[in-house]
Amino acid sequence: MGKTLFEKIWDKHVVKQIEDGPSVVYIDKHFIHEVTSPQAFSGIEKRGVPIFRPQQIVATADHNVPTMNQELPIKDALSKFQVDTLIENCKKHGVELYGLGHKYQGIVHVIGPELGITQPGMTIVCGDSHTSTHGAFGSIAFGIGTSEVEMVFASQCIMQSKPKVMRINIDGVLKNGVVSKDIILYIIAQISASGATGYFVEYAGSAIRALSMEARMTICNMSIEMGARGGMIAPDQTTFDYIKGRLFAPQGADWDQKLVQWSALYTDADAKFDVEINIKAEDIEPMITYGTNPGMGLSVRGTLPTMERFSDATEKQNYEKALKYMGLTAGQSLLGMPVQNVFIGSCTNSRIEDFRLVASIIKGKQKDPNIKTLIVPGSQEVAKQIKAEGLDKIFADAGVEIRQAGCSACLGMNEDKIPAGEYCISTSNRNFEGRQGAGARTLLASPLTAAAALLTGKITDIRDIL
Amino acid sequence: MQSLQKISSRFIPLRIENVDTDQIIPARFLKATTKDGFGKNLFRDWRYENDDENKPKSDFVLNQKQYSGAILVAAKNFGCGSSREHAAWSIQDYGFKVVVSSFFADIFKNNALNNGVLPVTVSDAFLQQIFAQGAEDTLTVDLAAQTITIDATGALETFEINSYKKTCMLNGYDDIDYLLNMKSEIEAYEKK
Ligand code: SF4
Repeated sequence: MGKTLFEKIWDKHVVKQIEDGPSVVYIDKHFIHEVTSPQAFSGIEKRGVPIFRPQQIVATADHNVPTMNQELPIKDALSKFQVDTLIENCKKHGVELYGLGHKYQGIVHVIGPELGITQPGMTIVCGDSHTSTHGAFGSIAFGIGTSEVEMVFASQCIMQSKPKVMRINIDGVLKNGVVSKDIILYIIAQISASGATGYFVEYAGSAIRALSMEARMTICNMSIEMGARGGMIAPDQTTFDYIKGRLFAPQGADWDQKLVQWSALYTDADAKFDVEINIKAEDIEPMITYGTNPGMGLSVRGTLPTMERFSDATEKQNYEKALKYMGLTAGQSLLGMPVQNVFIGSCTNSRIEDFRLVASIIKGKQKDPNIKTLIVPGSQEVAKQIKAEGLDKIFADAGVEIRQAGCSACLGMNEDKIPAGEYCISTSNRNFEGRQGAGARTLLASPLTAAAALLTGKITDIRDIL
Repeated sequence: MQSLQKISSRFIPLRIENVDTDQIIPARFLKATTKDGFGKNLFRDWRYENDDENKPKSDFVLNQKQYSGAILVAAKNFGCGSSREHAAWSIQDYGFKVVVSSFFADIFKNNALNNGVLPVTVSDAFLQQIFAQGAEDTLTVDLAAQTITIDATGALETFEINSYKKTCMLNGYDDIDYLLNMKSEIEAYEKK
């Protein structure tokens, strides 16, 4: 029997299979950031062991960084201490750091691919659940806890039980106004926030093949929001074209050899998945979430579930709790509802294509006067490219400021937060209670839907203004 | 890591589904560089009004005096969301040794196991039986036998855990000890 893409890579990386236990899996690349690494560094120091393979680690500072005046010292003392601790630890242990002020700094899941560090066939981990992003290149990439960061420091290996495999096929052609963020929000709304727990997901089908690398990253990024360990897409010409020529991409004869290896990375025709799901691209509408987990999403023209939809008492209670937090009522529609904030950024949608998309919508127009914006590139490189392409002018003319690279309002950890009680259309990946700041009400959507709200001040179907 | 063998305790019923790690420990508490003291911020925003420790929310179970114990019982999909191990640290630091749910998110499950907190997955029906118990009733979790018992009724269910993790937990070993002993095998793998 043939193998799935996942199995091909997994099998190659198993150093040892513990009987009735996890596998010891070798890790090719380990990304770290300031939040989930300090206790791992002190852990190995306490054990008195060195970092086993420091040259396979890349560090950046992203979660805590301000997105304005980055040249000044970080104001928040605890944030500053955490970022300083990372600098200190990287220096001490010989780990490459693209920290604040470095031209390669940015959100860890944006810089890895952009620098050509992320490559097909690799195993990649990071103490961050959205590590699944890197799976877009046909790698096994997943988030780990800090104890596991310590394991990789100590041994370049991790203990993992082999997950089950699921394939989601999306065939057909996307409707006008529908982009990759809508695909993944649609999938999660269909299978729920826990629908893929225990699985590694492969996305396949003609609609996926037609996507750019950046669009594929958006999809793999949110795999974790349906509980999946990770998501992946078989590499193809689009992948190879994207990687070629990037800073850390293989070159010369090495490139030719890699290309041969990478071209063998696909699921065999007779391979078996534990679960397969088929979706028609034509069924997907521009999506938005209404609740407090990413599975609570619907078409921007849809209506919220009515109370009668829930038979189970706990489910009903949970739905009521979410509605109360969000200030919404069962059965209502969202279209036309005023919002106060628009956040365009995060490792889901902060790449150059996202900014091109938004610029194409707002070009020559003015933002709604009541809208507050946080428009945040994912990396210094993206910021540079925005300028090079003159997109910054389009934003400025629309009355919108572009900030500096970082996680920003994706999580309420740095200075950028959404005020309590206010709505925010956000291109990020989580709408949990308090995620964007205590009491903040997050509505997840695509960059197109966010751009539409930027102009109208309301939840808008992008197709009405295209 | 602390070992865990058998425990009988009252439990705290958290009848909420999809409890994500942002609720278990909000992002603003992730600025620490040590593992200590997270317990006081466990479920912070559900526990206190306006982040004020003098204003506990009376509708939240951790603030309800009748409930106590080292076992947390939660509705399905517990620990979803971020990979932050701070969630496991806060649960452990608060004093929980076992978390029971009908469904756990993967990363949380690993993080809990790596910190000596045992995640016990039970059936939906059994979870409902636990929720139906009174505040004084106790549960017994026996790791060696892989059983969980509602002491008042004698109702019992077995739970799954792989034998490697079970041995680690019973003895308080962690994975890093194991991996450090494998160094030559890892080096041999690298040369392949
Ligand atoms: S952008 Fe958001 S989800 Fe992505 S790494 Fe940063 S905090 Fe995590």
